[in-house]
Parts: sequence; C-alpha cells; structure tokens
Amino acid sequence: MRTFSLTLNVWRQKSASEPGKFVTYKAPNVSEHMSFLEMLDVVNDDLILTGGEPIVFDHDCREGICGSCGFMINGIAHGPNRATTVCQLHMRSFKDGEELWLEPWRSAAFPVVKDLAVDRSAFDRVIAAGGFVTAPTGSAVDGNAILVPKPDADLAMDAAACIGCGACVASCPNGSAALFSAAKIGHLGFLPQGQPERDNRVLAMVEQVTLEGFGHCTSTGECEAVCPKGIQISYIARMNRDYLKASIAKRPEASVGGSG
Amino acid sequence: MPLDFPTPSSSSTGSSTSGTLDARIPDGPIEKKWDTRRFEMKVVNPANKRKYSVIVVGSGLAGASAAASMAELGYDVHCFCFQDSPRRAHSIAAQGGINAAKNYQNDGDSVWRLFYDTVKGGDYRAREANVYRLAQISVNIIDQCVAQGVPFAREYGGTLSNRSFGGAQVSRTFYARGQTGQQLLLGAYQALERQIGAGKVKMYPRTEMLDLVVVDGRARGIITRNLVTGKTEAHAADAVVLGTGGYGNVFHLSTNAKGSNATASWRAHKRGAYFANPCFTQIHPTCIPVAGDYQSKLTLMSESLRNDGRIWVPSKKGDPRSPSQIPESERDYYLERRYPAFGNLVPRDVASRAAKLVCDEGRGVGPGGRGVYLDFADSIGRLGENVIRERYGNLFDMYARITGENPYKVPMRIYPAIHYTMGGLWVDYDLMSTIPGMFVMGEANFSDHGANRLGASALMQGLADGYFILPYTIGNYLAQSKGPKIEASHSAFQDALKGVKLATAKFVSSRGKRTVDSFHRELGKIVWEKCGMARSRTGLEEALARIPELREEFNSNVMIPGSGEEMNRELEKAGRVADFFELAELMCFDALQRNESCGGHFREEFQTPEGEALRDDEAFCYAAAWEYKGQNERQTLHREALSFDNVHLTQRSYK
Repeated sequence: MRTFSLTLNVWRQKSASEPGKFVTYKAPNVSEHMSFLEMLDVVNDDLILTGGEPIVFDHDCREGICGSCGFMINGIAHGPNRATTVCQLHMRSFKDGEELWLEPWRSAAFPVVKDLAVDRSAFDRVIAAGGFVTAPTGSAVDGNAILVPKPDADLAMDAAACIGCGACVASCPNGSAALFSAAKIGHLGFLPQGQPERDNRVLAMVEQVTLEGFGHCTSTGECEAVCPKGIQISYIARMNRDYLKASIAKRPEASVGGSG
Repeated sequence: MPLDFPTPSSSSTGSSTSGTLDARIPDGPIEKKWDTRRFEMKVVNPANKRKYSVIVVGSGLAGASAAASMAELGYDVHCFCFQDSPRRAHSIAAQGGINAAKNYQNDGDSVWRLFYDTVKGGDYRAREANVYRLAQISVNIIDQCVAQGVPFAREYGGTLSNRSFGGAQVSRTFYARGQTGQQLLLGAYQALERQIGAGKVKMYPRTEMLDLVVVDGRARGIITRNLVTGKTEAHAADAVVLGTGGYGNVFHLSTNAKGSNATASWRAHKRGAYFANPCFTQIHPTCIPVAGDYQSKLTLMSESLRNDGRIWVPSKKGDPRSPSQIPESERDYYLERRYPAFGNLVPRDVASRAAKLVCDEGRGVGPGGRGVYLDFADSIGRLGENVIRERYGNLFDMYARITGENPYKVPMRIYPAIHYTMGGLWVDYDLMSTIPGMFVMGEANFSDHGANRLGASALMQGLADGYFILPYTIGNYLAQSKGPKIEASHSAFQDALKGVKLATAKFVSSRGKRTVDSFHRELGKIVWEKCGMARSRTGLEEALARIPELREEFNSNVMIPGSGEEMNRELEKAGRVADFFELAELMCFDALQRNESCGGHFREEFQTPEGEALRDDEAFCYAAAWEYKGQNERQTLHREALSFDNVHLTQRSYK
C-alpha cells in the first residue's frame, strides 16, 4: 500500500463572529485507500492528543448522499474529482508532498459556523417557500392513476438527485443558488403532480433566494462543473423560462373566504 | 459475574412477567384489527388540536413524516434533529427500495403475502398484528409518495416500475434508481418544510436530545443541547415522539452515518422505557470490505445488486489467481448451490452467514481474505452494459470511487457489515412505549421486523409509522390525558437540566490519553467479534467481562478538548459512546439469555446439522423487553409472548 505525506493549510475560525485564519498542519502516513475525511480524522486524532483543537467539518453518511460534507480544496468545491463529494474523494487522487488549501464554502448566505462548517439553513427556507407539492397525508389517489412518461420521470429524477450540499453556491462567483433552486423546480416541474403549483413555486422560491442574499446567475457554469450529482445548468434555463412565464401569467388574487 | 436468567415459567409471577407487558392489540380477526382500533380511538376535536404540543425527535422518514402529518392535522409540533438540516437524516442513504403490496405486476402479490413474507423473514419473532397493519398501509405509502412528487422509476407507458428483492418471490419493490431513501426522505422533508414555512412546525436543527423528562409517570418533554452554542435547554410538551433511528453504530464500523446514535433511545430507556430485543441486529451481506485501521465507516452496496449479480468464491482454499483466471468449474456459487429456490436472493441473515462461512473456510478473497465476489459478467453478457448501468450506475460509480476498481470489468468484492437494528424501544400496538406519552417510530422501535428485516421494509415501516399510524394513535392518547399544563420551569425539568450539565462538565474536564474514537473502535471490535454474525455463550461472557473494563478506562482516560459552551464534536461523541457502552452490555445479556438461533441472532450452540438457525419456539417465542434498574444494576427482563395465529411457526427454508 502506498503511503505519503501532505501539507494542509486549513481555515480555522472559532465562530461566525470571530475572524479566521489559515493554520498549517502536516499529514504524514496518508494511505492511498483513505477517504479525504479519514485523512482528516487521523490529523484530528493527533491534534486532540497533543493539546490542539480538532478541525471541525460537517459530515455524516460518508457515502455521498446526505449532503453534509463539503469544503474547498485548492479552490475547488469537493476537491479535484468530478461528481464526487469530499467524503467519497480518496487519497489516491493526491501525490506525495502536495500542499492543499482547505476553506469553507464562501458565501454571504452561508455564514461560517466553525472552521470548515457553514450554516446552510437558507436552503431549507428556500424549500419551505415553495419547493414542495401540497399533498396532505391521506389525500392521495392510487399511484398508477398518475401516469408519468418515462423520459419525464428520468429528467425529474436527474434534478431530484441534488443533495443540497451547497457546492454550487460556493463555486459561483456571484454566490448564486440558481442550480440548487432550479434542481427542485425542475424535479417537480417535470411531473404532473407539480403542475398546479408550478407558477407559484418558481415565483416564491426565487423571491426567497433573493431574500437570503444569494447572488444572481450569470451563466458562468462553475456550479455544474463542481456539482457532485452532475446536475446540469439546462435546469437553470428551464427555471428562468418558468419564472418568465409565471411572471407574465400571474393571476390576480382570488377573493378570500367562501360561502360555507 | 453470575449469568443466570429466570426461565419463562419461573417468571410468571412477580412484576417481571409477560402479563405486565400488554401490547394492547385489538381483538378480532387480523384483517380487522387496525379498522377496529381506528374506530375505538378517541379523537381530538379539530379546533382543539392546536392546544396540544408534540415534540418529535429525529427528522428521518418516520420523524419528518409524522411531524408534517401532525402539523397538517393542526397539532403544535416541535421537531429536533442533530444534523444541520432535517433533509440529512440517515434514511437518505437507503438505496434499494420500498415494498408495497400493490400487485401492479399481476404476479399474485397481496397484503397477506407481504405480511406472510415479513413474518417469515423476521424468523417468527415479530408481532403479527403490527406486521399485518404494515402490509395493509404499504399501499397507501406509495400513493402518498407519488402525490408528493417522489420520482419513482417508471415504465414507458408511465406506470410505476417494480423490482424483486431478497426474501420475496414477487416483484413488489418500488424504487428511485439507487436513491430511494433519498427521494422518499426529500418527499417527507418537503412536506415538513411546507409546515415549517406555514409556522405549524418549529424546527430545531443542530440540536441533540440528552434526556427525557417524565412528570407524574408521563413523558412531558426533553432536555436538549444546542450543538452550535452548547446551550442546554428544557422543552415541555404534551407528548414526545422518538424517531431517532437504530443503534448500529455500537459496532463502530457500520453502514450507518457517523452521527447516527442511540442516545435519545438510551436516555429514554433510563427514564423507564423498556428496550426490546437488543441482540437482534442485522448484518447486511453486500458491503464494501474493510480496507484499513483508519476506516471510519462501511459502505453498503444495495441488496438489489443481488438481482443481477452472482455471488461466488474460489472452490479452492487460498486461491491466489485473479477472478478472471478462475474457470467456471473452479468457482463455487455457494448461494445458488445451497439455496436453489432463492439462490442469490436469500434473506440478508442467510446470505451474510454463508459469506462468513466460506471466508472462515479460507476461501475468502481480497486483502485479509474477508470478502466474496459479486459478479456481473453474466448479466452484462445477457443484458448489455447499458442496462446494468441504468439499473445500478450510481452504485457501480460509488464502488469504483471507493476501491479504485471498475466493477464492469472486475467482480465486486463484498463482505457483510452491520446495517440495521431490529431491536429498539418496546412499543405497544399504538407505538407507545412503557412510558405513557412517549411514542417510538421507525428503526428506533422494535416491533415489525422480528429477528431479521427483509430488504425494502425499513422505508416502508418508517413511513407507515409516521404518515399513517402515529398521527392517529397520538390523538387517542392526547384525547384521554387530561393532565395540567406543565411548563419547562417545573422542577422535573430543572433537575434533568442539572443532570445534563453535570455530565457535560465531567466530560469536558477529562484530559486523558485516548481519543473517544479509539474507545469506540475498540468497543465496536468486541461487539462485532462476540455479538456480531455469530455468538456463543463463551464469547458473550468474554464480552461481558471486557466491556466494563473498557468502560472504566473510558471514564478515566478519555481526552476531550475544548469546553461545553461551544461547538464541540468530541464532547458530542463522548456522550454517545458512553451510551453505546451500556447498550453493548445489554445486547450481550440479551444474546446470552436467548438460547436459540433466529434471524440475525445466530448462537453457534443452536444450529441444524446443515448449519441453519435453530429456533426454540417452546421457550423463546417472545420479545425480550429490558427494564433499566439503575447504574451497574442488572436489568429486569420482561416478556411479551408472541402468538402466531395466522402464520404458522415453521422452520424457515429458502432451499
């Protein structure tokens, strides 16, 4: 088994309100079979036992699906491998003696919590604004009563694969959440179940995105390049079309209340 | 340490009898039980629901679906999760699918068949009435999820697609590529976010439950720690619901997420909730083998791969050849050989044990000889690489990323790993624990899977509990519990807060020489070796001698940097590992008292001449529910007798 050593420059920041800085660490005896996070586990073990404070990073499933993990490695979200979260990135992708710079997602809408961990609750609020189908429990018709052409189901699934990690925002020069919101809008917009609320959804989500302080999309395409789930920016184009149509077609508010 | 247990007959007197453990199953034929209960139940008037507050701990399939559904009904819901967002709960990692008795494939499936398969798959240690209800509700779950926009796989005509799964001979599994758990969770999460946005649910992310508060014998709230600020807080409510998942991480290496823990369940146990069947743990047969000491978790490869992959090892011991050099005649497709009827689709416990057996014989492959091949060459030859890519593309990619090998060309290497825990907090038919007012759902409870869970059944259970069972049964409880409103200023809350703060203070003053992880790893190794895929009296007694020693060292020699008033991951882990120590001991006690083999609990002393699990239905046809009696005190065993009136007890056979 190949082992080697690395130099890590890691962003350390105690909390959102305190300034941060890079601190340099050595990672000796890195095995090529380790995941990137396992390499950091070993660095942390050393830090703990030598009186230091371990580096905080978010992680949970370590199989690329929960979306907890993610930070910049040498300026690239989730590191050098395409379509790979940092927990699935393995050390065989690095060379002996390499120097790496690890930074948290940088975005006004994602304040740093500690070290490499950031607060992505803005994403939850964007979903809460309209990223759903209103289907109260118990009100559903039989599953096969709603036919979905396979190509539409596949396109919906491609978009639904988003894990909400925030890499798209972090790598966008504008800190835009367009790919994230477009993925949800695309997922639900390709399905018949998503049609009744399609206009409201796009208007409400885009409004929330703006309120959260995310920037605008200028089609630089960085988001697509780093997305660990390979979500395509064509969904952003589709979102923009939906937004335009919904803005033009915006209906007047119906009167409230009923006769019951 | 004396290791005697009361025999079933001797326990029929006194407080620890099965008679005291009444599951409150409705009378009547099994098909009518759930209807009967729903009609019997008291309901809370729609206008009054908002006056009742409910705490939901956990935001996975069970927690999110329950929180959303109760908020839709009008309850005042407070939901807690330790992750930074409810969308990250570990349900998200489930790959393969969700079962439902829809019979869309016209292959003879029915509620009764799903019920039968699940009871048999659980090796006759599940509660029949619960399983039947689960099978009934399974069809509603699919409808609900489709309505939410879950992008299930479809046929060209637009209908829902199905696949088959281990332990079943019909195609009843619904799936969304290899990301079914993710898509179902996002459906529930979106429903939950809708309620959060509407102000009906207050969400507390990055918040961990550290104690349950019981007032006058009823669960009335929880104590939490804010994982960002370190602040401990008391939350009062009219009922508490746990959907906090299983305890697989007691083994350290498991397919669970790193944060998955048993702390909420265990602290509730210490407050009086019985813990049932802790020794029923599931080993999943298809995981990527361990690569090194630094290994932090194991990765599951969906069981659905067994539909198209063939499992084999070389016929010869220690065969050094690469798989492509081994001719057909020198390969042992051991599952197909031993179980011709089910072949590679035998249930998980059977497949796992068979893999262990061939590796114990020295025929394992890969580093350390702990692995078997899962080979897709035949399927790729028959269907083409594209079809295989469409079915399992993301799994193949994941395998390649982790191992650096291309599974389209070289067979995968797999080995069993801990994946799920069937045991959990004891609940009655209404999902209420032995503490009135505390309910337990999903993997955190014990009721539906017996001694072994069939594939694609965990998602089904989590959503059945959360969408369609708890929202009704909790109303029945609330409608009848006319207690006074309790505020978090009540002395019971203040006492519990004090206890939590003391425990935190003790941890953060620990400046020993070993990390929390090093203890966890060592504990996990003991439990894996002695209470894992195979157990024996000697091994369990060794574990019961070793665990307290290690716990002692943990208490005196663990190193926890930092303070309690900040984000402190070592402190979080220390609390969870402390609970794993106690739970590991209970698992071993439970495994020791169960002098039989069933499902995932394989006692080497109890097997058939062919090496299959040998149950003892005369003596052990019960759920073992343990009552906490205090630190270092032996827990008391209560028995819930299981009766099988609809599925007859037989030796499970997949031959």
